[in-house]
Amino acid sequence: MNDKLTHAAGAASDFVTMTIADQLFGIPVLAVQDVLGPQRITRIPLAPREVAGALNLRGRIVTAIDVRSRLNLPARTADSQGMSVVVDHKGELYSLIVDAVGEVMSLPADAFERNPATLDPRWREVSGGIYRLQGKLLVVLEVERLLNMRRAEAA
Amino acid sequence: MDDLLREFLTETSESLALLDLELVRLEQNPNDPALLGNIFRIVHTIKGTCGFLGLPRLEAVAHASENVLGKVRDGELVVTPDAVTLILESLDRIKNLLSVLEQTETEPAGEDKDLIKRLNAFAEAGSVPAPVAAPAPVPAAAPVEDDMGFTPVPAADTGKNMQIAAEEPVAEPVAAAAPAAATSFAAETRDSAVAAQSIRVGVDVLENLMTMVSELVLTRNQLLQIMRSQKDTDFVTPLQRLNHVTSELQEGVMKTRMQPIGNAWAKLPRLVRDLSHELNKKIDLQMLGAETELDRQVLELIKDPLTHLVRNCADHGLEVPADRRAAGKAETGRITLNAFHEGGHIVIEISDDGKGLPLDKIRAKAVANKLASESEAAALSDQQVMQFIFKAGFSTAAQVTSVSGRGVGMDVVRTNIEKIGGTVELKSQLGKGTAFVIKIPLTLAIVSALIVEASGERFAIPQISVLELVRAGAGSESKIERINDAPFLRLRNRILPLVSLHDLLGLDAAKKANSTETFIVVTQVGNYTFGIMVDRVFDTEEIVVKPVAPILRDVGMFAGNTILGDGSVIMILDPNGIAAASGGAANAESAHGAETASQAGLDGERVTLLVFRTGQSAPKAVPLALIARLEEVDGKSIEYGDGRPVVQYRGRLMPLVTMDKSYEAKREGRQPVLVFADGVRSMGLLVDEIVDIVEERLKIELAADRPGYVGSAIVAGKSTDIIDTGHYLTQAYPDWFGAMDRHGGNGASPKGDPGKKLLLVDDSPFFRNLLAPLLSTAGYEVTTAESADQALGLCDAGKDFDVIVSDIEMPGMDGFAFCEAVRSNARWQETPLVALTSRTAPADIDRGRRVGFTDYIAKLDREALLRTLSETTRGAA
Repeated sequence: MNDKLTHAAGAASDFVTMTIADQLFGIPVLAVQDVLGPQRITRIPLAPREVAGALNLRGRIVTAIDVRSRLNLPARTADSQGMSVVVDHKGELYSLIVDAVGEVMSLPADAFERNPATLDPRWREVSGGIYRLQGKLLVVLEVERLLNMRRAEAA
Repeated sequence: MDDLLREFLTETSESLALLDLELVRLEQNPNDPALLGNIFRIVHTIKGTCGFLGLPRLEAVAHASENVLGKVRDGELVVTPDAVTLILESLDRIKNLLSVLEQTETEPAGEDKDLIKRLNAFAEAGSVPAPVAAPAPVPAAAPVEDDMGFTPVPAADTGKNMQIAAEEPVAEPVAAAAPAAATSFAAETRDSAVAAQSIRVGVDVLENLMTMVSELVLTRNQLLQIMRSQKDTDFVTPLQRLNHVTSELQEGVMKTRMQPIGNAWAKLPRLVRDLSHELNKKIDLQMLGAETELDRQVLELIKDPLTHLVRNCADHGLEVPADRRAAGKAETGRITLNAFHEGGHIVIEISDDGKGLPLDKIRAKAVANKLASESEAAALSDQQVMQFIFKAGFSTAAQVTSVSGRGVGMDVVRTNIEKIGGTVELKSQLGKGTAFVIKIPLTLAIVSALIVEASGERFAIPQISVLELVRAGAGSESKIERINDAPFLRLRNRILPLVSLHDLLGLDAAKKANSTETFIVVTQVGNYTFGIMVDRVFDTEEIVVKPVAPILRDVGMFAGNTILGDGSVIMILDPNGIAAASGGAANAESAHGAETASQAGLDGERVTLLVFRTGQSAPKAVPLALIARLEEVDGKSIEYGDGRPVVQYRGRLMPLVTMDKSYEAKREGRQPVLVFADGVRSMGLLVDEIVDIVEERLKIELAADRPGYVGSAIVAGKSTDIIDTGHYLTQAYPDWFGAMDRHGGNGASPKGDPGKKLLLVDDSPFFRNLLAPLLSTAGYEVTTAESADQALGLCDAGKDFDVIVSDIEMPGMDGFAFCEAVRSNARWQETPLVALTSRTAPADIDRGRRVGFTDYIAKLDREALLRTLSETTRGAA
């Protein structure tokens, strides 16, 4: 994860892009295991708010994280089911539920910026930096920090 | 063939095969000390095993080879090709001997002097001498080989063999030794038949295999699930076949992991022997069911807890011979291990016939360790008290021995057993012994789980914790009763606390099933039995427990998760977590504890109860002895004075009290009234219906925190609220008779003198609660003590009383002992002491008078009690 980002400082890096509440996000393409459509998710009672539940991905149990909830955004409307990006974190699979998954983009290093100071603290916590694209900005999601719920609760 | 021999043959064949390789490598790298060390070790092992099994020929050859290798290892000899050849030759001889051994189970006759002589000579001189005698082919081996179709190599062929040997330049110097080698060629041509029968496989290979079989079972389950919804397909037959094969495969793989539990016990006899010396106790260890098989993994995990428990039995449980003799037991204490299968689980009992758990000490220790307050500890049932020994840092051993008593261990024992989905139960009887009953699953890989549904979501409950299923609701005999909103189930004369999965997990209220039917999964965790309320129950499924994601570890309610046959993920509930969350296992253990206590006869005397109904809720009961009369009054005759209902009764106004404020007295018809009289005053309690009069062994199972109730008990098979008469008496009296002389009544009932101080000693909270208000309304200033010790504590604290009323049967110091203690105490020596007991046999009364009781009254003879007290205090005054 991290060395991919440092690598990003050099030449161009590839990102899987996704949108959440019309905001463009990206995750380094090598960190992504799978992209899934709507899934049957088993809710997990008493779990942290951000945990949407668990799902079966080819015999492996994957914990689903609602990225909207993680970013303090309002819940998805009932008609949009969302899509998932599956990432591996310390040997465990997590499925990040986002609104939509877009194309893979190769982003030049010189378009990269650190997090602006004015970014919402909850966003800044999970953002690894920002890419300036034509007409919009892409927020790089730091998977490790995104999955660190305890810090989220403390924040 | 003997198991030991078979194992030896297998092991040695493997070692020899390895040696062949290693020796060739050694020849190439003569200076590799690790290699040499390894070779030496293998040969040494072979020698050791042969000696152990009583195989002198093999041992002698191995010993001579070891000698040579030892010198090489120590640097006294250098590795030369001839040295290697010589060693290889002796290995071949060993192989030969082994092959005969395998056929006949005995070593062939004959000797190997020539070979040994050469080996020894080499060890001395560092060079290989020519054989001094004609080569001696292994004589006994030959005929056997004939039987097997092998031909001994004729002497004429030796030259040819020599040729073969000579093709390798290194073999040249030992060409003379070829005849011996010749036989070895024959032996080499076939592998040991025994060795071929068993293969050593790494545990990880088996683990891996098991994991894959587990997954296969899951997939099979998925297929079967799909099949159920699709009738008439071509897949039915092959699927059934797959089903069978999978089951057999699962069984087969499981078998490879199964080991007799005796393996885990092997070290115990020695341990117990050492302990008995160290502790100066005579201990007899009995092991039953050692052949019971269970999963290797489980076996490893319970080894330490078992050892610990046995150690504890020996150290804490059993007494020293002198004490045992004094207690009338055999000098030799017995520790029994018993293992057996029971419904897919394995049960292991570890019991001793020692002194049992010292409950008083544990109570005191629990207070000292701040695990419970003094009053809490006293109120706990024996079963609950026993649970304290599983707390970390808890030891009642007066001194720490090298064996145990450090207060570590029991908590670890429980944790370890619960970790593998097992349970520990504890039974103890003072003076008779202690027994730990461990119940563990046969295997950890696949567990059977019950699938339930609550509020539209499914959960799995491990079958090991489930005792039974009960359907409650319309059309069912079982009904959920509520006390102060807490749900309970009456189950075979026990009150079972219930937890709602819906409430516990905070499930979606909108999805809560709106059915009149509820299923109750009766679950057991340790000694604590409780019910989990669910909406539906599906079937049981074999599941593979997978750990939950790290971010969910904090949620204590789940033991893991798994994928069901239909492909969906399901959370596996952790019964331990639920028990803890439902108010704490220790707290709710009373249900079972109460039963144990009443069985032990420590509590629960027979009381005649009047059962009645009022309002919608559970039946209520009051001890009949407290009721003066049962009356029925005409609804029309109820008048209202000061807004409260009264009735003219025997020329006086009798206040009527209702159980609950909203209750309205009947305006018409007959209104049943329970009349409580006290001197000239009386009050009536309005009820709907008098149901029954029953005699029950009364045991308050759940203490109420509502005013007006003592608690709940099972009366005539129903959960019944026991009312607190004192509450209603005071409700009626202060308002209506407040102005009157509270103690001035000169009625038939004798009155106590105002302000006389009375000490009531009774272990049962029920009787304390019952008698204290009764006695205070009779004008005594009542102090209660729940044990003789506590009462004596009051004495030490400088308190004085005009009269003491004491129960006889109490845990710890009983009434007789208490009386003796009081009589020998300067401060209380003269205080009248009245025994209050259900033990009214003449012998008991005699004994009571002998130890110094002033009087002896049957429990619940209210009149007699008041009269006696009155007389006693007057006499004393």
